[in-house]
Parts: sequence; structure tokens; C-alpha cells
Amino acid sequence: MNPAMTASTDAIAIRLQAVSHAFAGRPALCELSADIRRGVITGLVGPDGAGKTTLMRLMAGLLKASAGSICVEGLDPVSAGDTLRLQLGYMPQKFGLYEDLTVLENLRLYADLRGVTGQARADSFERLLAFTDLARFTDRLAGKLSGGMKQKLGLACTLLGSPRILLLDEPCVGVDPISRRELWRMVSSLADGGMAVLWSTSYLDEAELCGEVLLMHEGRLQYSGSPQALMDSMQGRSLLLQDIVGNRRQVLQRALRSPAVIDGALQGHAVRLVLREAGVLPDLASLQAGPDASLQRVKPRLEDAFIDLLGGGPGGDSPLTEHMPAARLPDGVDAEAVIVAEQLTRRFGDFVATDHVDFRIRRGEIFGLLGPNGAGKSTTFKMMCGLLPVSSGEARVMGLDLKKSASQARQQIGYMAQKFALYGNLSVAQNLGFFAGIYGLSGASQRAAVADMVRVFGLQPFLAMNAGELPLGFKQRLALSCALMHQPPLLFLDEPTSGVDPVSRREFWSHINGLVDKGVTVMVTTHFMDEAEYCDRIGLVYRGRMIAAGTPDALKAMVASAELPDPSMEDAFIALVERDDRQREAT
Amino acid sequence: MSLSLRRLAALCRKESYQIVRDPSSILIAFVLPVLLLFIYGYGINLDANRVRLGIVQQDGGVEASRFVQTLQASPYIAASLSNSETAMRQQLQLGSVRGVVILRSDFSAKVRQGQGAAAIQLLTDGAEPNTANFVASYVQGVWQLWQAQRLPGQAEPAGLTLQARYWFNPTTVSRNYLVPGSISVIMTIIGALLTSLVVAREWERGTMEALLSTPVTRAELLLSKIIPYYLLGMAAMAMCVLVATLVMGVPLRGSLWVLFLVTSLFLGSALGLGLLLSTTTRNQFIAAQFALTAAFLPAIMLSGFVFEIRSMPLAVQAVTYLIPARYFVSALQTLFQAGEIWPVLLINLLFLLLSAAFWLGLTAWRTPRRLDGN
Repeated sequence: MNPAMTASTDAIAIRLQAVSHAFAGRPALCELSADIRRGVITGLVGPDGAGKTTLMRLMAGLLKASAGSICVEGLDPVSAGDTLRLQLGYMPQKFGLYEDLTVLENLRLYADLRGVTGQARADSFERLLAFTDLARFTDRLAGKLSGGMKQKLGLACTLLGSPRILLLDEPCVGVDPISRRELWRMVSSLADGGMAVLWSTSYLDEAELCGEVLLMHEGRLQYSGSPQALMDSMQGRSLLLQDIVGNRRQVLQRALRSPAVIDGALQGHAVRLVLREAGVLPDLASLQAGPDASLQRVKPRLEDAFIDLLGGGPGGDSPLTEHMPAARLPDGVDAEAVIVAEQLTRRFGDFVATDHVDFRIRRGEIFGLLGPNGAGKSTTFKMMCGLLPVSSGEARVMGLDLKKSASQARQQIGYMAQKFALYGNLSVAQNLGFFAGIYGLSGASQRAAVADMVRVFGLQPFLAMNAGELPLGFKQRLALSCALMHQPPLLFLDEPTSGVDPVSRREFWSHINGLVDKGVTVMVTTHFMDEAEYCDRIGLVYRGRMIAAGTPDALKAMVASAELPDPSMEDAFIALVERDDRQREAT
Repeated sequence: MSLSLRRLAALCRKESYQIVRDPSSILIAFVLPVLLLFIYGYGINLDANRVRLGIVQQDGGVEASRFVQTLQASPYIAASLSNSETAMRQQLQLGSVRGVVILRSDFSAKVRQGQGAAAIQLLTDGAEPNTANFVASYVQGVWQLWQAQRLPGQAEPAGLTLQARYWFNPTTVSRNYLVPGSISVIMTIIGALLTSLVVAREWERGTMEALLSTPVTRAELLLSKIIPYYLLGMAAMAMCVLVATLVMGVPLRGSLWVLFLVTSLFLGSALGLGLLLSTTTRNQFIAAQFALTAAFLPAIMLSGFVFEIRSMPLAVQAVTYLIPARYFVSALQTLFQAGEIWPVLLINLLFLLLSAAFWLGLTAWRTPRRLDGN
């Protein structure tokens, strides 16, 4: 046998050949072939519903593939399950921890289950507790740990028994960026030691750091290989339109109409564009971006490449813009302060979830609350919608005090809840009718409102389908249309596009941009750096307090330094949070 | 199926921590049983203790007056006297009396002629058959007492079965009968309701996926759920028996080891049913709903604990043979009240064994080693 051949096979930990899987006849994975090598972090990348979790479960022997072959360490994960389970560490979503057991009890349980006993056990506990920095918390219940600590404990439990392959299913969902970076460093060191690591994520910025990626969309593999190579293939096609004078949203819209442009998004005060072909630029004059505007080449991102693989973005025109009437303010409401929080505070017993938060939002502005899970975003948000009583301070929307007239205020608000708060077992038409009804529309006006939304969002083919069975992008359109049925002047969005593919996310924001041009005011919570870029201003929420506020560019400028002249939103976030931690420690 | 004691012990330890740290399981296992015991032991009894009875006396004779006096003297009857039949009928309709005894003007004459059966008329409220039964038995009891007093030495009238006497002698005996029955309801709750939650909880919280990716075997998974909850069930049973015998004064005439055997077998089917529901639904809410309808309600309605099985329609009687609580109730009542009546116990033990084997076998068969079953 050729020695080079042996070496290359040995470097491959998992080999997939034409793997397909279907659940009750519904295809989840389609003809997937790829190799996963040792010594690198392989990113399994794609939006929710792309088939990432299914693929991981197939590799872990938790599901049996409908067709094709999977080789893990040269063995079949189902028939050789007993052998492989000791060589393979699998961390499911939510980390697989027992919340009512302490850190140490969780470790002991998994050590016993994986057969790590005696001296080996003492050694691995010591090593893992040091590695994850959890030694101080061994007696704490896992349920009482922060998201980041849970994630590390989950990893420690998975690493017991020294597996040769590590499968991590969305390890960074619900975890703040600081813990994300820490986990990344830990897992990188494991990969450097020769472990094969598969890391699934829906964040494309996270995926850029991987040694290799499997890019998935709707159960199909779109690309496998180095992310750098993929980004390099986009060289010359990513541009930044800077020094814009006038409405940058309208500039973006005009740019997306140009046949030379396949994708575009706001980035702070600038507009980021992706060209159909390198060198073929849109006509700068037709963009009407002002006299100083200039196009500059920038480094392509994985997202640019992904959108290119999917055939380009959705275009910038939202039919919603034509449909929605301009949002008018009632008399006496200050256009500079449509939504106001003053010293807003919410306590749960001793715990202060929202601690003296101040902000005011202008008409036609997109204001984002950015922060890790548990920082107090949702609490603040719920008080502003009148869903949660205020402990002290004031919350006003459209001049209405939420303490006194919460239900009147809610009539002014369109609310799109986190994830998917529609009725999954009602049809699309029934959902639309129901939401029109609860906002007080009936008879002919209800029928007209529903018909408008169906036309605007292209829901006609899905009317009879149950909402729960819609593809994710359409679920989102439906959720937005239900929130807009009563043409509210204010729109509240709670984590609106997490887990959604980038094309659907673009489309969603094109609708929001269109609404904002009509004078609708938007408040959005997110832990997603990308989404933050769409906001006019951002309030950074951390441990109940608003630690910084300003435009995305201003926040980035706050942390720019000689080493990091052009920080990303995530860099800014981390630096500002760390700065706040230092200040709290000092006082 | 291979079995590693180390893994099994680790899983059982985990399960016990979860039981101890979850206040709701302690509540269901130890507080609820005592509460139910007292409700069934005292609540139901008190209700039937002093029945409000109306008496319409149209006969002024000595015999009639003596019978009325006997009725009034009964500790189980609160009698109110009237000579208007219409007024009493109205009171019965309103529910302010539970029954009406009518002594027609020919009462004394009939009694003297020895036509005892037709001498009095009893009206009860058929809309509440249970109370009506109680009233009928009390009045009959008083009637017999009166007959016996009137004609000492004469043999008791025929037509009485052993069971009928049971009802005639309410207070103590009815508690002795109800408490063992209520223990079976309690054990059903502990066995089926608690375990219906435990596997579903692992699916919901995503820990099952993590467990299945370790070398755990199907047998270990199953046993780690059965053993801790079996012990919890036995502890609750011990407490029920202690409260019943020491606090409530219910006699226990059978031996403890038979009681232990019967309870173990019953817990086998209750745990099996709960685990099966939990494993197949993978959802705590649905599993608990099913457990309530599939285990708890039949244990009350169809076990013969409150409602006599023999008075049910034949089709329903056939269904009761499928309810393990039926055999448990019968075995418990025998053990508490009569002692070791082996013909009764053996039949019940046999059916409990079959039922336990059926439910546990089905659960073992349905317990997956992968996410897609099998």
C-alpha cells in the first residue's frame, strides 16, 4: 500500500459518503459527502433547519442514516456504537447537564458512565477543573451557573475519558461573546493536540475562524474546505461605500437595484456591498450617496461567500414600504422621544434585573438593546411593552405611561416575540385572522388587512399550511405580518433573526428598513453582532445596567486602539464589558 | 444486555439526588399520601355518620312510637319528626333531609300481623345513590335492631349476607375498608405519576441525548429509573401503613412480608406504566396527563375501592380485570381486615405479577438506545 495514502486516511477521523437522512419521509440531509480531519476545528455551518444537529447525531450513533455510509475511526457509529462511544465526546445543545446536580456531581456521573476511575479520574478532574477554571465552583448546582460556565462544564463532562473526536452542537448559543472566545481558545488547544473537532454554529463570523468548514443549507452541503479559500475566491467583490450623505437606507436600496450588486447591508454609517463580478462596479452617481461618497475594497467575509453560493441576496425593495401608510404621531408627542425609559428599574426579590436604565428613542429610529443572555435585555423590553410591571422609574411610549395605560400603549405597538410565538397548529390564514382579531379588526377591515399582508409577504401558497410546518424564513414573514396587521407606529422585535439564514435575514431587514422610512420606530433586542449593525443606535446592556450607548460606529470608536484600529462590533462589546467589570471591581 | 454496576450505581445516585432536591417529588411521595389517607379515612366516614332523616308518623300507636324512638336513638341518624308527608317530601327535594321514613296509620296493625317487610316506607334521593344506599342500610339496621329488641330470642331475619352487615355497622369498619383502598390510590400516584415525569424530563432537558452518547446500556437506563422510585414507593408505603395502623387505628391482620410482596408487585406495574408513558411521549405534560387518566382515575373508579365492582355493568366489570389496582385493593383489604386468606391473595398475586411483567416488559421493549427508537 502506498504509505502516503495510509497517512492521509489516518488523518481523517470521520468520513461521510453520500449520507442522506429523512424523518418520516421528510428529507433532512441529502447526499452528503465530506471528510473531517484531525488537528483542526471543522465548522459545521448553516442556519437553523439546515441539518446540522441531524448530521451530528448520525455521527454520534444516536440516529441511523437512511442511506449512505458514515465511518468514524473506520467504524460504523451504529453497529460499533459500544467501541466508539468511548472514543467520541458529544456535547448536545443545552450541554447535557443535570441542573439539580452540582458541578462535581455532574463530573462524577459522567466519569462513572465513561469508566474513568481511580487515579485516572483524580487526574482528569484536576486537569479539567483547571482547564475550565471551574475549581472554585465545584459545589455549585449546575443550574445556578452562568451560560458560559455551563458551557465549560458541559465541555469538561464531554472530555472525560479523553475522546479522540469531539462533537459540539451549537456550543455558543445563549452564551456571551467573552465566554465564546474563551471556549474557542480551549477547543483550539484540544485540536492542536490532535483531536478531531466538529463545531456546529449558525454564526458565520464564528465559522471564519475554523480551519475547515462544511457549509450547509436545507440539508445540502454547499461547500466544504477552508473558509479562507472560499473568502479568497470572493476577492475584489466586497466593497464598502463610505462617507455617505443623506439616508443610508435609501442608498442601500438603490445599490441593491443595480444589476452589478448581489448583496448589501448596512455597516455602521457605511454600506457594505457584494458585486456580481469583480471589477464591475455600480454607477456611483445613480446611488445618490452624496459628493464625497467613495467605494473601497474590503476583505470579503464568509457571509458574502455564503450568500453568493445561495445565488445572491433578496434585493432591497420591500413591498411593505408601498403598503404601509406613514406612521403619524399623535398631537403633543415629542418626535425626539417616542419611546422613553427614565431610571427604569425592575427587581425580582433581591435581584435587580434592570437597574436604572435611561434611553429615549426618536421617531423613525432603530434602537437596539445588545447584551448577553441574562443581562436584562428581555426584562427591559417586556417593561417597555407593558408586559411586566415597572418597579421604579418610568417607561413611556407615544406619551403614554406604561404604569397607567399599558393596554392603550400596547395598541400602538407591534410585537414580534423571540423565536416563533404563533400558533403552530393553526393554519397561516387562521393565524392572520386571529391576530387581526385581537388587534380589534373585524369584518371587511379584517379581510382587507389580511389580504394586504398575504399579498405583501407572498403568503398565498401557504395559506392552508399549518404555521408550524412553514420553512423558517416564512415563519418569520408570518410573524412580522401578524405584528404589523394593525399598522402600529412602533415595532418591538425580540431577537428577530437569530438562527435564520443570511438571505432571509437580509429580506427581513429590508422590510424593517422600509418601515423605518415610513416613520415607524423600531426597538430590537439582540445578542447577535450582525443584527446590531442594522441599528441606528445601540444600548449595551450588561448585568442589568446600560453600560454604553451610541451609534455602532461610536461604540467601536470607543475601543479603537493602536493594536486594534478597526474593531468589530464584537470587539467593541467585549472591550466595553471588560472595562465595566474592571470598574465594578475597583469600586 | 450487559450491566455495569458502576454505571448503574452512578445513575441511581444521580436519580436520588434529583428526588431529594426536587421538593415536588417529596411532596408527592410523603405529604400527599398522609393528606389522602386522612381525607379517605375521616372525611368520607364523617359524611355518612349522622344522616339527616325525616320521619312522618301517621300512626299514633305504641309500636310506632317505639320504632321512632329507636330511630332517634341511633347515633348515625339525625331525625326530624313531622306528620305532614308533603312537607317532608319537599324537604327531601331540597336536600335538607337525605331520606324520609313514613309510618302509615296501619303500621302497628301490620307489625302485629307479622308483615314486617311492608310496614314502613323509605323514600331516598335516587340522584345520589351512594347516600341513598347509606340511608337505606342505616334504616334497615335500625329496623333489625328494633325487631330484635321487640322479639328477643327470635332468629335474625333471613336475607342478610355477610357483606350487608358490613354496611350496617359503619364507623370503624368502613374506615378499615377505605384506608387500605386509599393506600392503593396513593401508591398508584407515586408509582405512575412520579415516574411518568422522569424520563420525559431527561428528553426535554436534553440530558437523554448526552446519556445515550455514553456507554450506558438499555438495562442500566431502565433499572436506574426503577430502583430509586421503587425504594421511594416502598418508603411511602411504610409511612402509609404506620399512619393507618398507629394513628388511625386500622388493624393489620396479615403479615408484613406478604404486604411487602404484594406492594412490590403492584409497584412493578405502576412504575412500568409511568415509565412507558414517559418514554413514549417524551413530554412531561402529556405523560402526566396520560398517567392521571390511565392510572389514577381507574385506581379510584374501577378498583372496587369506592365503587363496588359487582354493581357495575358487565362491560365495565370486564375492564376492571385489566386494572392492576383492582388486585392490589383486594389484596390490601384482605391483608388488613382478614389476614392471610390464601385463595384470595394467590389470585391477586398472580394477576399483579402478570401485570408487572407486562408493563415492565413493554417499557423495556420501548426504551431506546438511539434517538430514533431501538
